[in-house]
Amino acid sequence: MAEGAVAGAAHDPAAAAIGSGLKKRTKEALANDFLRKAVAFTTDKLRSGKLNATDEFGDWEAWRERGRAIRQHTVSHLDYYLGQFADNVAANGGSVYFCEGADDAVRVFMEIARRKQAKLVAKGKSMVSEEIHLNHHLEEDGIEAIETDLGEYILQLAKETPSHLIIPAIHKNKRQIADLFEEDAGRPFEPDTKTLAAYAKQKLRNYFLEADIGLTGCNFGVAESGSITLVSNEGNGRMVSTLPKTHVVVMGMERLVPTFEDLEVVLNLLARSATGQKLTTYTSIVTGPRREGDLDGPEELHVIILDNGRSAQLGDPIFQDVLNCIRCAACLNVCPVYRQVGGHTYGSVYSGPIGAVLTPLLQQDMKEAGTLAYASSLCGACYEACPVKIPLHDMLVQLRHRKVKMKLTALPERVAFKMYQTMFGNVTLYKLATKSAYYLQKPLVRNGFIKAGPPPLSGWTQSRFMPMLPKQSFRDKWAKLQAELAAKKPAASGGADEAKGGGAK
Amino acid sequence: MKVSLFITCLADQLYPEVGESVVRLLHDYGCEVDFPELQTCCGQPAFNSGYQDEAREVARNLIRAFEHSDYVVSPSGSCTGMVHHYYPYLFENEPEWKSKAEALIDKMYEFSQFIVRVLGVTDVGAAFPHKVTYHPSCHASRLLGVTEEPAELLGAVKGMEFVELPRKQDCCGFGGTFAVKMADMSEAMVCEKAACVCETGAEVLVGTDMGCLMNIGGRLNKEGRPVKVMHLAQLLEEGRRA
Ligand code: SF4
Repeated sequence: MAEGAVAGAAHDPAAAAIGSGLKKRTKEALANDFLRKAVAFTTDKLRSGKLNATDEFGDWEAWRERGRAIRQHTVSHLDYYLGQFADNVAANGGSVYFCEGADDAVRVFMEIARRKQAKLVAKGKSMVSEEIHLNHHLEEDGIEAIETDLGEYILQLAKETPSHLIIPAIHKNKRQIADLFEEDAGRPFEPDTKTLAAYAKQKLRNYFLEADIGLTGCNFGVAESGSITLVSNEGNGRMVSTLPKTHVVVMGMERLVPTFEDLEVVLNLLARSATGQKLTTYTSIVTGPRREGDLDGPEELHVIILDNGRSAQLGDPIFQDVLNCIRCAACLNVCPVYRQVGGHTYGSVYSGPIGAVLTPLLQQDMKEAGTLAYASSLCGACYEACPVKIPLHDMLVQLRHRKVKMKLTALPERVAFKMYQTMFGNVTLYKLATKSAYYLQKPLVRNGFIKAGPPPLSGWTQSRFMPMLPKQSFRDKWAKLQAELAAKKPAASGGADEAKGGGAK
Repeated sequence: MKVSLFITCLADQLYPEVGESVVRLLHDYGCEVDFPELQTCCGQPAFNSGYQDEAREVARNLIRAFEHSDYVVSPSGSCTGMVHHYYPYLFENEPEWKSKAEALIDKMYEFSQFIVRVLGVTDVGAAFPHKVTYHPSCHASRLLGVTEEPAELLGAVKGMEFVELPRKQDCCGFGGTFAVKMADMSEAMVCEKAACVCETGAEVLVGTDMGCLMNIGGRLNKEGRPVKVMHLAQLLEEGRRA
């Protein structure tokens, strides 16, 4: 099935052909009816849930502004808050590791795993561990890693990567999931949510107890206390962070808030924007490893803080705000492109509008990953949805501009836009060009339409008719129109100046 | 009141009748309409493709064209949005041009915005005995904030049966060069939009931007659907004559 191919490409970290594979992956996704139905169905549900949850929250715009202000303040003073956070984690008895690249983070994790002679790692949901392809490295070292988030677990069985930030298996329908479970259990399954979830729960229960290491991400670190916040609806985050003897957190360096007061705001924004919940079912706040007298909790807590291209955005007047992202996926849920093609098409762990902006920036690769900036019609739905007001549509245009400045766009396109500048910058040339276009189009016109144009027009005509240029443009008709109006008195009562308030009449 | 028409390159070349409707309607309300010859395009095609230097030069031409106008009215929320939203950024490092750009922004309106907000008219006295649905263009509604005005104008049209467009908030997949560059994505989007339009059973699809309407209309035409596509100005002007 087409998904296998899509996932295969996304799974292999060596397959860095994010840009050049984009069109191929688009075609594959568009041919996959299951995926399109499942993605459209679930994003619709999340989207309307969000609207309800924000409507009843009072002045949503004011909340967005608060969220934006908190995130921007934190990111602008990131060095300060990172220092405070790290000091507090250490004071609580945890260890902190600052890692510049994915390799460093993997190495640090492997060292911990070796020291603990770990055989089994139970993972809570963590996009950052996907970002550094940790599973792949664990596998190579013979360490078994089990995903304990239901969606991630399904993908692990399917050998695929997440296709959504919070609903990783959004592209699968219940029947496909039941098929995977049948293969795993060797018995038939009803494609019913309760049965499927019960099976996963029962299977995963033992892993929590047996795992040597619990690995989680971190939704937000609280600088003032050195706490790690994990939100989930399945409670697996709580299990993974308390049952195994060692808890390792892998987090992006920007995932901080200064205080618990700020945490309250961003948690509200996150849950409402993500799923339309007031809060997620479980919110775990972990402050240090087990202390004397504590009934549960790990003996060791390690926090790996990853840069991996993030600090390069600090101080950038256009792109720094991308670090404000709280990974709620609201932008994915409203994106008309994501709706049609799903997450794997983006070829990276971060999909949708935020992925199209984040991936090229984090990878610092405009050539390949930068191509994602074109996977948008710039409709602005992402900005409208974003609870921390990241202007993703503007950033997409700026990424394209970066590509242009770096001369990474095709020569014919560069020539075309130079010609555009010349012709549309001067009305005499504009008139000349448009007149010749009228004659040039003639061989292509059938019944008043261009139905099959040459490239690049063919991109248009593959799915739409193009109207033909009429013989007379507006400017050609202007003199006649002026004469017509001069002979005619204004019909509406009074002049324009009296027309103000005319709506009442 | 003196008003200059910014026709936009697309309507100038492909949909001159839209400009005619705008002008006739404004004239009916006593506006003295002129058409500054110098104008061509707002620069958006280049800007959205990342060619900011090229866009800037075309933008200069537009600013010059309307330097002496009192009001500028355009039948496109997208082009008006481009001027309002991106011109200050384009001329960030050229104070003189930036203030010229700001002067243009202060007097530039999208068509329905001008009728409702400046002329203060919501009922143009039109009658249009047809079933109509409306597509809110992304740039008009999101970039420019034009949401109420078209609704108010349409709401006052007599004899018209209005049907809400399902999934109206979703982009039609035009996006300028996006439609050509990412043809498959764009196709999937316009197909869904066309299906939504057909679902309403409307005879007429109305909008405030010829880019989107060309896109959706082009799809409807290819599918052989009998839905007629009109700019809001056309509908209102035709309705006034009826
Ligand atoms: S960019 Fe905004 S909407 Fe998208 S995931 Fe991040 S916070 Fe959520």
